[in-house]
Amino acid sequence: MADDSTTTVAGPVRRRGATVSGHRRLIAAAGFLVTVAVTFLGLLAITFFIGRIVPIDPVLAVVGDRAPAAVYERVRVEMGLDRPLTTQFASYVGDVLTGNFGTSVSTGRPVLEDLARVFPATLEMATLGIIIGVLLGVPLGVIAASRRGSWLDQAIRVVGLLGYSVPAFWLGLVGLAVFYARLNWVGGPGRVEIFLDGIVQPVTGLLLIDSLIARDWEVFGNAVWHLILPASCLGFFSLAYIARMTRSFMLDQLSQEYVTTARVKGVSERLVIWRHAFRPIRVPLITVIGLSYAGLLEGSVMIETIFSWPGIGNYLTVALLNADMSAVLGSTLVVGAVFIGINKISDVLYRVLDPRAR
Amino acid sequence: MATLRDWLIDDSPASPMQARLGRFYRIFGALMHNPLAVIGAIIIVALILAALFAPWLATHDPLRQALAERLLPPSAAHWMGTDELGRDIWSRVVYGARITLVIVALVAVLAAPAGLVIGVISGYFGGWVDRILMGITDIFLSLPKLILALAFVAALGPGIENAIIAIAITSWPGYARVARAETLTFKNSEFIAAVRLLGASSLRVNLGHVLPLCTSSMIIRVTLDMAGIILTAAGLGFIGLGAQPPLPEWGAMISRGRSFILDQWWVATMPGFAIILVSLGFCFLGDGLRDVLDPKSGEQR
Repeated sequence: MADDSTTTVAGPVRRRGATVSGHRRLIAAAGFLVTVAVTFLGLLAITFFIGRIVPIDPVLAVVGDRAPAAVYERVRVEMGLDRPLTTQFASYVGDVLTGNFGTSVSTGRPVLEDLARVFPATLEMATLGIIIGVLLGVPLGVIAASRRGSWLDQAIRVVGLLGYSVPAFWLGLVGLAVFYARLNWVGGPGRVEIFLDGIVQPVTGLLLIDSLIARDWEVFGNAVWHLILPASCLGFFSLAYIARMTRSFMLDQLSQEYVTTARVKGVSERLVIWRHAFRPIRVPLITVIGLSYAGLLEGSVMIETIFSWPGIGNYLTVALLNADMSAVLGSTLVVGAVFIGINKISDVLYRVLDPRAR
Repeated sequence: MATLRDWLIDDSPASPMQARLGRFYRIFGALMHNPLAVIGAIIIVALILAALFAPWLATHDPLRQALAERLLPPSAAHWMGTDELGRDIWSRVVYGARITLVIVALVAVLAAPAGLVIGVISGYFGGWVDRILMGITDIFLSLPKLILALAFVAALGPGIENAIIAIAITSWPGYARVARAETLTFKNSEFIAAVRLLGASSLRVNLGHVLPLCTSSMIIRVTLDMAGIILTAAGLGFIGLGAQPPLPEWGAMISRGRSFILDQWWVATMPGFAIILVSLGFCFLGDGLRDVLDPKSGEQR
């Protein structure tokens, strides 16, 4: 992208060495920020475009289809729809930057307020999901790579491919039917039982943390009881991806000569795998985990619908079905922005942690 | 047969036709040695056959309601049971194969060529053309696909055509990236320089020489993406934005079976198995194709 085109060196180079690399780092950072800004602008352009292609005339929606032409025209001007598209886009960007996402038709509240209320629920579920995915996915990937070609490797491969083939909503439904209805191992839909709802004062919006702050163990236990199944469903999808990538990274390392050297020296296989081969893949794994986490925020749309989870996914689906475009575009913007943010952060982490990329 | 085989694997083919057929034969042979790829190919052939011969395979009319026979468990008469309107689920799943096949085929036909052309132009011409095109591509790539597709369908209105358009809009950027990378590797090779020296226009160089070289990596990518496309389409159908009732689309069928999941599990579960099977088939085949056509990047992903 435009990162290397914007590299204009400012000021003379006073000292050699440190300053030069300092400058270079500054320029790289500036280029990176430009990329991030352009990506966010692109996201805004896309949501703006989607808002424009809606086949509903926004003016008619306000004045009704019996309004005289003069009224129609006046409202059109008031809404700023007579201005050129670029001006409209600029004012849209201004609105979004000042936090004005419009008002939701279905809830009657400002979209930003709604989103701030529902987002923590999604964050909580996705975070537990990624923890499950990492705790299971990384060891599975390492095991698969260290026993390449064995039946265990094949089994892990099939599990990984299932992660690309099972519809999230189906997995959630079957999970509910089996683990909640039949076995009663986990709680049903929702974040807590209805009689416990609203007992804990929301501080962070994350129910697990709020109930810990309030030292309400009953709510905490019940929340875990309800969270575990949807988070495991989400975790399964990140597990599949993380295990697959871990396996491929590990195979790369295990074929290197230093691994052979270590083995020849008589280092035990366990040490070879965990101390030698696993260390260098930690950095690329961070990128994978970041991508996967961002993907989970998106994947939670389907899971939340199944589990009546009061998060952003549920909010979005309700808005979609009611053609509540302000809410749809607001949710798209927020999920998109978080998605881009996590991607870029894992990018930065990669650059900071990997000595070769510095 | 032996002579045909000899002709196919001849090291010095006499015609481009023979060379091309020989290549297909070798790829086919290599694929047949990959068990997962064979399973994948069988599943996809089965999907195509089911779509083609749906009227013969279905035991009932997929749309006929028989309220006296509602929510029957799987039996000899109804292999996958019946749904809440007494429709035969097996017949609906078989007819659903047609919808799934149409969706994946149309998305591939819309998105792959668009991505291919954008990627080749970007890679071949470089400079500011490349910057602008890849800038747009990167923006699309860094956005969540499902959410974007949902927003597009919400704006365009529910329906299977709009679902296809929305999925195509969100899937071309991946193809553009692949095509650009391929083009960059060929762009400076000697045979392209030779074609140029012969006076070929850039249109001719690209259409006749660069595009065909990108096809194998495009085929791999499209096959691997199919599972994701099927899942997105089913998801749209499940939410109620994709195929509309009474169309027997698998995602929409799961959505209707949702209320009966506790007592009549088969209504929602059966179409799910169909989705998983077909998606797995594309994953297996895509993995196998990549191992055969692109050995250097095997084990990746």
